[in-house]
Amino acid sequence: MTIFARGMLLAAFTAFSAGSASAADLTIGLGGAVSALDPHYHNVATNNMVTRHIFGRLVDQDAKQKLVPDLAESWKAIDDTTWEFKLRKGVKFHDGSDFDAKDVVATLSRVPWVPNSPSSFSIFTGQIIETKVIDAHTVQLKTATPFPLMPTFMAGFAIISDQFERAPTEDFNSGKAAIGTGPFKYAQFARGDRIELARFDGFWGPKPDWEKVTIKQITNSAARVAALLSGDVQIIDQVPTADFARLKKDKNVNVSSVVSNRVIYLSMDTNRDQTPFVTAKDGKPLEKNPLKDVRVRKAMSMAINRPAIVDRVMEGQAIAAAQFLPDGFFGTSKTLKVEKFDADGARKLMAEAGYKDGFALTIHSPNDRYLNDEKITQAVAQMFSRIGIQTKVEAIPFATYSPRATKLEFSMMLWGWGSGTGEVSSPLRSFIATYDPKKGNGPSNRGRYSNPRVDELLGQALQTVDDAAREKLLQQATETAILDVAIIPLHYNINNWATRAGFTYEPRTDESTLATGVKAKR
Amino acid sequence: MTVFLIRRLMQAVVVLFVMSLIVFVGVYAIGNPIDILISPEADQMERERAIRALGLDLPLWEQYLVFLQKAVAGDLGRSFAFATPALQLIMERMPATLELAVAAMGISIVVGIPLGMWAGWRPESFAGRTIMAGSILGFSLPTFWVGLMLIMVFAVHLGWLPSTGRGETVEIFGLRLSIFTLNGWQHLLLPAFNLALFKMALVIRLTRAGMRENLLMDYVKFARAKGLSTRRVVFVHVLKNIMIPVVTILGLELGSVIAFAVVTETIFSWPGMGKLIIDSINQLDRPVIVAYLLITVSMFIFINLVVDILYSVLDPRVRLKEMKS
Repeated sequence: MTIFARGMLLAAFTAFSAGSASAADLTIGLGGAVSALDPHYHNVATNNMVTRHIFGRLVDQDAKQKLVPDLAESWKAIDDTTWEFKLRKGVKFHDGSDFDAKDVVATLSRVPWVPNSPSSFSIFTGQIIETKVIDAHTVQLKTATPFPLMPTFMAGFAIISDQFERAPTEDFNSGKAAIGTGPFKYAQFARGDRIELARFDGFWGPKPDWEKVTIKQITNSAARVAALLSGDVQIIDQVPTADFARLKKDKNVNVSSVVSNRVIYLSMDTNRDQTPFVTAKDGKPLEKNPLKDVRVRKAMSMAINRPAIVDRVMEGQAIAAAQFLPDGFFGTSKTLKVEKFDADGARKLMAEAGYKDGFALTIHSPNDRYLNDEKITQAVAQMFSRIGIQTKVEAIPFATYSPRATKLEFSMMLWGWGSGTGEVSSPLRSFIATYDPKKGNGPSNRGRYSNPRVDELLGQALQTVDDAAREKLLQQATETAILDVAIIPLHYNINNWATRAGFTYEPRTDESTLATGVKAKR
Repeated sequence: MTVFLIRRLMQAVVVLFVMSLIVFVGVYAIGNPIDILISPEADQMERERAIRALGLDLPLWEQYLVFLQKAVAGDLGRSFAFATPALQLIMERMPATLELAVAAMGISIVVGIPLGMWAGWRPESFAGRTIMAGSILGFSLPTFWVGLMLIMVFAVHLGWLPSTGRGETVEIFGLRLSIFTLNGWQHLLLPAFNLALFKMALVIRLTRAGMRENLLMDYVKFARAKGLSTRRVVFVHVLKNIMIPVVTILGLELGSVIAFAVVTETIFSWPGMGKLIIDSINQLDRPVIVAYLLITVSMFIFINLVVDILYSVLDPRVRLKEMKS
């Protein structure tokens, strides 16, 4: 080694120990990628999570996705089609200007306007036909038909200052328009690398512990774990299942977990008479599509040993699922139980349905989307084989999987669904309701399951403003769909975070990593 | 020389055109990016709107014509995911990758050539054998594994260097560079070394082979007979001759390091172009994929040109006008 190089290394090492961060700084290692700081540009979990630091919403969701007041102190339905929001007084934007009703109006006007948006937030505002400003701190939102989910949807998007009603996405990325009411201010956005935030001292709510927050994008999970172990970051999300046990034992690390709002399930072609990937065992086409028969679907569900998948494939980081959302979420059924593993019963049902000798099936699965997606499908395939369904697995990258599934090229496929709204109408409407572009129902219903009874119950629920009555209808719809085996639920993921010892994180069902939830032990 | 350059330029245009066409059709065949970009909660109407907003409702040939029209004016389109011109996006990331590539090439030259010369000069010595054995490791160990090991040893256990990401940057001529800060160098060292490992092994082997071959040549004997010092024979006459293959390979390798530093960039979360292209492919972000590949192809064409010119400088027997491609 040359003297020069040696000197340089030495300088590097001494400088590193001197340059450690101060106590009030927090660095987060994030598994996802952030495409923009414009809170209305791209409706995707990682973007929403980061913009939540900078921007407030009318309504917020707590760690369990229950609605809590944010910029609106209270809300109520005045009549069936009018919701009134009372805005919080004395709230300041980062530039010192006051927040009031005009900012809400400006936001509602910007949301559907954003050019080139690949996924618009207008899905949260489309129901509003009129916005009435009663006074500076009271806003009424009118809809054409009763709309019970209004407060839930108001938790879906950020409120911006009215001066940026027509600001392009670039202005938010550069920081010029990234002026919100949230606990943190924009400091820097280096795309693909990091986001830096500074505490906003004029924040109306509780003061966050951190003066400076750096959110680093570390998409490779091994590197993310290494960054935590080396102390470069104080918290990471999406802890890989394989490392979980080891990190749990590590004295320098704390882990926190909570069941997520994401269900992993199998969706089936229950609609067509001939489905492309189901044949007789010799490869000849079958007379009819066995997946249309509820007995076959039930048998397949019974053939799956869910505890084994949770235990072996997910290494304990999941909970066997009986429905669309874990217990405790709004609209979940209290009576549905996880389907018991019963291979003999399943074989009997298959014989009853006329498939004593089974058939051949190919399950399609993404291999880069959900935690252990390909392994789960492999395990399911083996379990199906035991009841006489000769099963093959084709696992492909999500980039090819998803477009092909949308074109209905598959017979059975693995999907995951996280309910952003934190209640059951989200999965029911998106992938159980009959596909109907006019009503906006079933956009993700790629098996084209259709059950008029479920549609009816869901339709009623979506018109019922009274919470108790609506919950009952949603529970009925859930039970009807699950007993008809509309999908085969497998498990709910568990969301994991790992922090350095001395830090804790309040785990969230919606997978978000928020600096405000990180606390230093004192 | 001029004829040579013009011919090269025309070839370049054809290659770029064919390239863009292939990528366009290829990405189109894979699927519709909307399925990946859009929120799963979006309904069918919102889906239609997003497809129109990104111009994906047009037939393929029309999309390609629109692209060509704009490309001629220097606009390679906007990224679907970032809403930023694809070219700007790549240029934003380029300094990071260039830093990494140049540092890696620097390390492999500074370390590789002296080691290779020694191994060629004293092939039977213990040091010579050790160097050769080491170079085999450099070839055969997978980059991602070495990268993780480097992180485990230097960042996690010893705590000397940061594990991931890029350090502080300063803005120079509008480019964000990290090589002018100490923190930047700390972050650069591990990924650069990781990336350099393979090239280093290559340089060692090439230099050693050249060294052994040349030492037996007549001109070395003449030089010695003339009474030149060993130092002058090796460092002036032999070195100049063994540099020709080394320069060719390094030229090509520089291109590949810039274009395909993907693995290292992913492991070290280095915000360079390699990471951008991987993310873009996963999201079917066609404008970025097309722009990236066009830039990469241009870069290879340019590097090849420079290598050819360097040849004629290093070896006066080579004449540019005789080169066909």
